[in-house]
Amino acid sequence: MTIIASLVIPLIGAIGIILAGRVNANLRESVTLITAGALAWTVWSLLPEVLAGGRPAVSLTEIVPGIEIAFRVEPLGMLFAALASGLWIVNSIYSIGYMRGNKEKNQTRFYTFFAIALSAAMGIAFSANLFTLFLFYEVLTLSTYPLVSHKGDEKTVRSARIYLGVLLTTSIGLLLPAIIWTYVVAGTGDFTMGGILAGKVDGPEVGLLLGLFVFGVGKAAVMPVHRWLPAAMVAPTPVSALLHAVAVVKAGVFTITKVIVYIFGIDFLAESPSGDWLMYAAAFTIIAASIVALKQQNLKRLLAYSTIAQLSYVVMATAILKPLAEIGAAIHMVAHAFGKITLFFAAGAIYVASKKTELHQLRGIGRRMPWTMAAFTIGALSMIGVPPTGGFVSKWYILAGAFEADNYVAIATIIASTVLNAAYFLPIIYFAWFEPEQPGTDNDHGEAPLFAVLALTITAALTIGFFLFNATALELGRQLVSP
Amino acid sequence: MNPSDHLAALQVVVLFLAAPIIVLLQARRLAWAATTLTSLLTFAIAIALTLGVLNGQDYQYFMGSWPAPFGIELRVDGFSAVLLLAITGASSAALLAGYHSLDQQIEAKRQPLFFAAWILALAGLAGIVISADAFNIFVFMEISSLASYVLVAGGPDKRALPAVFKYLIFGTIGATFYLIGVGLIYMMTGTLNLADMEVRIHDVADQSPVLVAAGFITVGLALKAALFPLHIWLPNSYTFAPHVVTVFLAACATKVSLYVLLRFDFFVFQQNLTGHELQFTFFFMPLAVFAILIASAVALFEKDLKRMLAWSSVAQIGYIVLGASIVSLAGLTASVLHVFNHAIAKGSLFLAVACLAMSFRGLRLNDIAGCAKAMPWTMGALVLAGLSLIGVPGTAGFISKWYLISAVLELGGGIAIFLTAVIVIGSLMAVVYIWRIVEHAYFRPAETEIVAREAPLGILSITWVVALANLYFGINPELPVTLSELAADALMGHIK
Repeated sequence: MTIIASLVIPLIGAIGIILAGRVNANLRESVTLITAGALAWTVWSLLPEVLAGGRPAVSLTEIVPGIEIAFRVEPLGMLFAALASGLWIVNSIYSIGYMRGNKEKNQTRFYTFFAIALSAAMGIAFSANLFTLFLFYEVLTLSTYPLVSHKGDEKTVRSARIYLGVLLTTSIGLLLPAIIWTYVVAGTGDFTMGGILAGKVDGPEVGLLLGLFVFGVGKAAVMPVHRWLPAAMVAPTPVSALLHAVAVVKAGVFTITKVIVYIFGIDFLAESPSGDWLMYAAAFTIIAASIVALKQQNLKRLLAYSTIAQLSYVVMATAILKPLAEIGAAIHMVAHAFGKITLFFAAGAIYVASKKTELHQLRGIGRRMPWTMAAFTIGALSMIGVPPTGGFVSKWYILAGAFEADNYVAIATIIASTVLNAAYFLPIIYFAWFEPEQPGTDNDHGEAPLFAVLALTITAALTIGFFLFNATALELGRQLVSP
Repeated sequence: MNPSDHLAALQVVVLFLAAPIIVLLQARRLAWAATTLTSLLTFAIAIALTLGVLNGQDYQYFMGSWPAPFGIELRVDGFSAVLLLAITGASSAALLAGYHSLDQQIEAKRQPLFFAAWILALAGLAGIVISADAFNIFVFMEISSLASYVLVAGGPDKRALPAVFKYLIFGTIGATFYLIGVGLIYMMTGTLNLADMEVRIHDVADQSPVLVAAGFITVGLALKAALFPLHIWLPNSYTFAPHVVTVFLAACATKVSLYVLLRFDFFVFQQNLTGHELQFTFFFMPLAVFAILIASAVALFEKDLKRMLAWSSVAQIGYIVLGASIVSLAGLTASVLHVFNHAIAKGSLFLAVACLAMSFRGLRLNDIAGCAKAMPWTMGALVLAGLSLIGVPGTAGFISKWYLISAVLELGGGIAIFLTAVIVIGSLMAVVYIWRIVEHAYFRPAETEIVAREAPLGILSITWVVALANLYFGINPELPVTLSELAADALMGHIK
């Protein structure tokens, strides 16, 4: 019941938003906040049961024999759902500040599709089989399209076309055949502890199927299917923050992790040499995306490429195929979410307050926007993996897993990427705090709207808090590999 | 005697009785009402027949109680039920939409005649489906063809005339080929009843005339079904026909020919001609692949909304034929399922186009630029139907794609990968052409001041009913899947 509620609440919220939008904006925003709160409360109420080893499940309908729409809460899905629903509250607070501060049009449409996207994310998180997952995966793609194309001008529509094109092409072109292939050979697509493909496929087919899955899940942005993510940056910043740093992209890596753990099975994949390439593909993406990030001049695009690299951390950690690394993958989803949403909040706050988007404009901005830049600094440190931030914890586990597997490629990649991360984030922080402002530019601005500052302060606190209080996430990660 | 025993005959008889009455009705609204009611009645009969089939009943009806092979036999099974639902459903929906749409396109005094032709087309199509007799199929085929030429040419657009002339030439060639084939078989077996033919053809010593007959029948029907490369009559006919006629014909007309093709082939030829199974596959699979790829590619660059969707129909026929060409249970199930699902998807797309046509004179993409603001409900239905055509999960189109890819993967090996790739590429091209419509409607600024208003409630609500059927049968596809499995069972049952 709770599971269905967590899908339906955002939808009811969406209808409420449409209705309230006709009355006035304050009422509409209240509906969003109440919906977000109700959703988080509902999702989080599942947590004690899952932590205690329970796996609540519900089957909605059997489409055709063997293929049903069913939900089952397992640790990883619990983690993802709790994360996305919790951050939606903060993001809604931020949206109010951002959208009003920017005087954006069509705000009702914006909040409506945001709520639908969250419902789809919950569906992905709780799906019990590949079919259900695919269903909500596509709903998420389609419901975020109006958010990305929000502005509606020529450039935005072109970027939105890339967004939709890449995500639909990969999902219909690669993911769907992979899913049907799985159903045909295994007779089922249920997520099962230990996997369902052992003995059903062998030899090079394993690598091929894995490839269809990994590149089919375009939302995970493993190169070369990453182009949509920078394109999606034309969206209003709250969308980039919650969807393209948390819900959508995490849905991608979440799907890959789930497929590897529950469909292939870690042990089966470890025995199949043809699946080894995934680790290298992820490692390549980490390094390549970081190098591209180095050369970016636009703050949001830099963050997008940083996200691509960080997503591949999760994929690489999963592909190390050791329990410790899987735990690392799980908590990196959380740690990165806190850090990256803070960074996007900060980027959006800067834009609202000063309309600045390029890196060179940010000299000395720390003195005008101390709260925003302090949060930005914390988020950036978490990306690099400096204690005391959340990013340090997950990197620790991924490294531990890599050492356990004697996987020196992974270790080298993590070290190199840490250096690269520092190389593109530290200069921004340095210039913002310690350089004088450029004269002549329009610098007459102060801090961002209160709602925006409030939200980014909360997420910055969460980034640090996760360094200390991560026991729940760790436990869920542990249950992912050993029930 | 129980009236439900006569359902199979009533399916057609009702229509033939109604046609002359409708000609006599002089008031256009009255003629419309009579036609629509008759169509709805046949739809109800089709539903009753379907329910009977689902309960395990096999409708076999002998006209005038003359037993086959001497009398005329009618037969309704799972396969026929799918077609009957599609035909009568499409006709009813199109007629309901026609209340608003036809007045713009057809002069009031010609409307009764137009409706009579409509009823005859409907009678012909339904007749083809229920006939168990090769010659009757030909007769009904001619009735439906002649009537649909009138329907297509009925609009104000003069370009419909050359289009319909082409349609007529090709339709006649197709029917003639079919008749030649049937004649050859009659010469060899002395029977026209399909079931009887199946038995007697065993005893034919010389296979060559049968082989020639198979060739004529296959090509003739493929022509009428607009199977690539015999499709050239289709795009212009669909484009220039009155909008609701397009709804009706696009949803079911070509599929009826495919129905006859599959019936004939699986009942009569498959087991009696050596190596026919392979010939069937080798003949149809490449054509299906070309249909999917080439027709979708043409649709990509098409600027006229209706012609784009017509080309998409050619591609979709490719999917249906592809499933059948695998000659397996799964393949035929997918094929029949797609007949049903595509009827809903394309029907609702053309209905939405008919809504657009209420406000827009031209239906080129540039003409409808920016129309979504003025007609949000129409565009909503169009997007929903478009998603079903693409095969997005949760819609009916997805179910048929799922079955089709499963059937293809069962083949295994390189051919499975190749065919999957073809299906997938076809779907992706559908994404592109549907999205071109979406972008024009939602994001392009209008070139001239838009005076469009939302379509009248009547046509809009029927459009939405059909569009929502896409969702319903995407979530709960039990009915079409069961019928398709029955159909596939019946067809494969004739291969030993």
